[in-house]
Amino acid sequence: MNLSDLWEILSLQNYNTRVVVLSTTILGIATGLVGSFLLLRKRSLMGDALSHATLPGIAIAFGLMTSWGFDGKSLPVLLAGASISGVLGVLLMLAIRHTTRLRDDVAMGLVLSVFFGLGIALLTMVQEIPGVSAAGLESFIYGKPASIILSDFILIAVVSVAICLTTILLFKEFTLLCFDDGFAASQGWPALWLDIALLGLVTAVTVIGLQSVGLILIIAFLITPPTTARFWTNNLSHMAILSGVFGALSGWLGATVSALYQDLPAGALIVLVAAALFIASMLFAPARGVVPRSLRQRRLRHKVARQHVLRAAYEILETQCDHEHHESPGAHLVDNKPFRSETLLAKRTWSRRSLHKTLRAEQKLEHLTLRPDGTVLLSEAGFGEAARVTRNHRLWEAYLITHADIAPSHVDRDADMVEHVLEPELVLELERVLREREAWIAMPPSPHTIPNH
Amino acid sequence: MNRIFKKMSPAGDAAVENLSDHPAGHPLSVHDLTVAYHRKPVLWDVDLDIPDGKLVGIVGPNGAGKSTLLKACLELIPRTSGEVAIYGEPYKNQRHLVGYVPQRESVDWDFPVSALDVVAMGTYRKLGWLKRVGKKERDLARHALEQVGIGDLADRQISQLSGGQQQRVFLARALAQDAQLYFMDEPFAAVDAATEQAIVKLLQELNSQGKTCLVVHHDLATVAKYFDWVILLNMRVVASGPTAEIFTPENLEKTYGGQLNLLNQAVQALQSIGK
Repeated sequence: MNLSDLWEILSLQNYNTRVVVLSTTILGIATGLVGSFLLLRKRSLMGDALSHATLPGIAIAFGLMTSWGFDGKSLPVLLAGASISGVLGVLLMLAIRHTTRLRDDVAMGLVLSVFFGLGIALLTMVQEIPGVSAAGLESFIYGKPASIILSDFILIAVVSVAICLTTILLFKEFTLLCFDDGFAASQGWPALWLDIALLGLVTAVTVIGLQSVGLILIIAFLITPPTTARFWTNNLSHMAILSGVFGALSGWLGATVSALYQDLPAGALIVLVAAALFIASMLFAPARGVVPRSLRQRRLRHKVARQHVLRAAYEILETQCDHEHHESPGAHLVDNKPFRSETLLAKRTWSRRSLHKTLRAEQKLEHLTLRPDGTVLLSEAGFGEAARVTRNHRLWEAYLITHADIAPSHVDRDADMVEHVLEPELVLELERVLREREAWIAMPPSPHTIPNH
Repeated sequence: MNRIFKKMSPAGDAAVENLSDHPAGHPLSVHDLTVAYHRKPVLWDVDLDIPDGKLVGIVGPNGAGKSTLLKACLELIPRTSGEVAIYGEPYKNQRHLVGYVPQRESVDWDFPVSALDVVAMGTYRKLGWLKRVGKKERDLARHALEQVGIGDLADRQISQLSGGQQQRVFLARALAQDAQLYFMDEPFAAVDAATEQAIVKLLQELNSQGKTCLVVHHDLATVAKYFDWVILLNMRVVASGPTAEIFTPENLEKTYGGQLNLLNQAVQALQSIGK
């Protein structure tokens, strides 16, 4: 293969490839949009049962049409058969659920395997009808986009656009249904009919996807793009749009690669592209990805460790200076002197190694100097930061003791200043509480008042 | 099946007599309501008349059918028998008059919507089919969030809210419904003290506007403090009426019968009120 071939396919110049790639791309937008709500309605497995239940319909539609002397392989006819048996499968599942005490997963498993088994048996039977070629029917199982012709494309495109428009029109209603169906019903929304509408859209998108992705893998095409999109955003509209984009991307790239390597099945490739997007997003998406989240946690851990060191240092400096002078309230009499780093070790349960790591990090921030004689000296900035951290810590402790039963949600230990979260009067009151409780501990002054000095 | 329940419930016949002088304007009238799941009755022949402008506590042991009563009134579960009237008419004609706060655990709080989005759902019924939420609805929702004291959290994704804040979002959604009669399913369950106070304040505000609130409640110690009307429920209505008359040790014993632990709690609660 040379570059011009590649360009020809990627730029859709080849007529056959164009039809195939455009079909799977448009289909991807529709599956992505509808899949978002299928996922949020927590009905993913129902979609899987539905797609497997389409197989008997395909075989029966073919058998009936050929025995009546029509073209059994007409796509609309086969898809109509697929829809009917898919819906029957879902209805059977709902009937099992409502009339027996079997659990959902049992009902789904039963319908899925029984319908699929029935479909395989029927498919074998219609292939044995003399004088009729049923070759190609099994491509609905694994999908074969190369078989898409212009009329198929038009059908897929029209149905996809209709599905997208319906989903967008009913966006508000579907959101309410998926979030809180009980509240929706109490408001008079027909929750059952909305569920049926959603299921109808899922059926439609499943059926038009059978030809390209196949009934085994279509569920992955429905569920993977929205799951991928969820990692990127907490906003449902954004999620639905992104899901459509990821679906389209998977459809386009999967079909293109399969056009380049003719013997690779497109359905599998489309799902693999979707899965690659999923894995990349799960790992690296900024909003909910695993790596950014663990980085955030690591940063927080380090920050907390550094604050602990500073506070411990401040407390050591406090004990080193003369308590006698601390009687006058608001006095700020802690002197910044070098102290032995060993004394820090006794302040908390931290290992020598982690303590030194944190000390070196603080040195890098120019908060302190590790001196060759084994002592530590806080810099001016470090001393100020230590005073601030200690002050915030003590005020929050006092707040938790005196006010937490009223508003624990206000505690924000990470706040730059307590004053940024709590009312100034409250902070004054807390300072008074602290003075009364432990008279000898002077409160480090608020950095806010420094300009007034 | 209904006949059997009638036999078992002594209240059954009295209810029929009441039907004639049943006042049409009551926010909620329930007659002969029976609900059964899988042939197991949950509510038997419930009869209730709730006067206008009351704060009503629904109290009873676990499995007494408190939530079921609310859901049956809202037609969320099928009634085996009986009638429910909201301001004299079937619920389906009166939806605009009713606000609903479901149990907090009934939804997935990791859903990709903001607090404001959830509260705006309270305006959907008025908005109608296919129309989008506009500035008017958003302003209404923002105002409702301010009323429950979390106006600053409007744009927060709901999973990032504390339990108490989530409960307040649900209350704000009901406020956005702008109703006359509110059904609240355990709004005080597992909330912090600040939220509890905010809810009490809200209930009193609604009460002062002449609105009626039915609140499923489980903390016997606060019943007399929060509610001026109480329904004692244990599959059937043990008693219903003004708290001062109904919330007595005898009635509580009938409601909780045998559940000694809870009964002791109740006695303690009553003693503390006596002081």
